[in-house]
Amino acid sequence: MLKFLFDRDTWQEVFDSFSKNKLRSILTMVGVWWGVLLLIGLLGSARGLENSFNRLFGDFATNSVFIWGQRTSKPFKGFQEGKGVGLTLTDAKKVEDNVEGIEFVVPRNQRSAKMDRNFLSGNFSVAGDLPLLDKVQKKKLKNGRFINEADMLDKRKVAVISDDIYKQLFEKDEAAIGAYILINGINFKVVGVFKTSNVSMGPSSDVHIPFSTYQQIFNQGDRIGWIMITGQPEHSIKQIEADAKLLLKNLNKIHPDDKRAFGSFNLGDEFAKVTGFLTGMQFLTWFVGIATLIAGVFAIGNILLITVKERTKEIGVRRALGATPFEIKRQVVVEAVFLTIVAGLFGIITGGWILIGLDAMFGQGDDATIVNASVSIAVVFIALLILVVLGTLIGLIPAFKATSVKPIEALREE
Amino acid sequence: MLKINALHKSYAIGDSSLHVLKGIDLSVEEGEMVAIMGSSGSGKSTLLNIIGMLDVLDSGEYILDGLPIDNLTEKKAAVYRNKFLGFIFQSFNLINYKNALENVALPLYYQGLKRKKRQELGMFHLEKVGLADWAHHLPKELSGGQKQRVAIARALAANPKLLLADEPTGALDTKTSHEIMAFIQQLNDEGKTILMVTHEEDIASMCKRIVRLRDGVIMEDKTVTQVRASQYV
Repeated sequence: MLKFLFDRDTWQEVFDSFSKNKLRSILTMVGVWWGVLLLIGLLGSARGLENSFNRLFGDFATNSVFIWGQRTSKPFKGFQEGKGVGLTLTDAKKVEDNVEGIEFVVPRNQRSAKMDRNFLSGNFSVAGDLPLLDKVQKKKLKNGRFINEADMLDKRKVAVISDDIYKQLFEKDEAAIGAYILINGINFKVVGVFKTSNVSMGPSSDVHIPFSTYQQIFNQGDRIGWIMITGQPEHSIKQIEADAKLLLKNLNKIHPDDKRAFGSFNLGDEFAKVTGFLTGMQFLTWFVGIATLIAGVFAIGNILLITVKERTKEIGVRRALGATPFEIKRQVVVEAVFLTIVAGLFGIITGGWILIGLDAMFGQGDDATIVNASVSIAVVFIALLILVVLGTLIGLIPAFKATSVKPIEALREE
Repeated sequence: MLKINALHKSYAIGDSSLHVLKGIDLSVEEGEMVAIMGSSGSGKSTLLNIIGMLDVLDSGEYILDGLPIDNLTEKKAAVYRNKFLGFIFQSFNLINYKNALENVALPLYYQGLKRKKRQELGMFHLEKVGLADWAHHLPKELSGGQKQRVAIARALAANPKLLLADEPTGALDTKTSHEIMAFIQQLNDEGKTILMVTHEEDIASMCKRIVRLRDGVIMEDKTVTQVRASQYV
């Protein structure tokens, strides 16, 4: 069989029958070409969208949830409904120690404050943060550093500011690191400038100062604004959220069924919706692409069936001259596979061009909607494999048709 | 060379069956040139098809060169046809998108010969029929007589034991017919065994033996004095 595939005569035969019906062969191949084009183009675009989502979410621990206190909606243990609920550092510690599957618990504080530098001023949100925050919500630092442990211990008056603030409080090209800004009248030294994220997940802050410093200057004590919990990858963030809330209700003497006492935002949930959408899109793409491919391959089978019928006499002659039914079938199948593969390769190439075009149009810059639209080599091979298999299967129909006519009937004078 | 005993063949037509050959006994020696004659429906083409292994017999015996031809599968029949038989058709049956040389070399392809060898042998046989200069022409560029000569070269290519011709001159004018017959006679002179179906008396008279069929039985089987076709050319 291998010898047959590398035999010049095999391909001479294929080429002859192709060139005999150029237009028809090309029209036939359009179906398969279109299917592959769709498959590659859609899969590549879906991948590009996915990449762009991943880039947006990339700096976040997506397996995370925010929890904050609100007001109770049910009376419990002598307390009226409507009791204000506040979280404390003790709560955060207990959640971290007792809920299963937790990676980090990050207590956070935030408020708005007036900021001055020389004669420029504005109102911005100030957050008191642990160095840990950088682990769950990676800051893209343009210069300098994030808050560290030493800042925490010494309660240093240092600030990490966003590039938005930098633009508002500093002159162009002025060095920010080492400069001082006033927050509510207190001098803070700028140690870092970070780039504002494209998407905001949870409250966004313009300035980060050490948690301990925040506690001190705002008289915060143990009270915290909210906690951000990240779960270990193998644990469901939904379960962690439920467990943490139940524990917090218990600690704060709140009715276990009170749904309003704590507010939360489950990033894992939101992320799952997006990835679910992307998965659905990929599935749809495969479905549409393969359905089109099948239709295209059927068109090839159909045309070959007609061709075989037209060549009945020729096939009869060949058999009279000593071609075995197997040799005839083999030739027809090779033609079918050849047509599918050539059409498929054209589809892959033009699909690639489309992706290049998409990349040129939508894939440039930081906020591109389609990032690196591409298909993996594996997908290309799978598509080709599907084509070969389908081509062979569909080629068998005209092949059997070709040999179902007895040579004597094929040769009968009309 | 060829021996047929009590050959029967019928075809099913709807519910009834048509008994075409009703016990044929025929034996052909090596080097003979036999014309099978008969009106249409006499069974002459069916007989030729069975001899050509394009069709199978219902009952009886068919021995070709000492080899009993029975239990023919499609594959076996194809191999036997390729090895033992050369076909010449009324309408030439050349493959129209292959040139003369490729047509002649086709049976050799199915014998599994190497390309170079096929070209050589094909060329040799084309020379034999006097068409070496036309080797790279397509059938549509050839005249009827030339086409039939290419077909004859193709039939000879595999060096068969027996040449089967089905109305070889049926589609040709008288002059060309005589040319082709002269050529076939020449092949016979060189020792080829030839079996030919025809309904033309003058063509039949150019053979050495005439077998007449009517309604599926042999009416007459006689040796004749061969009329040389070359005297008309």
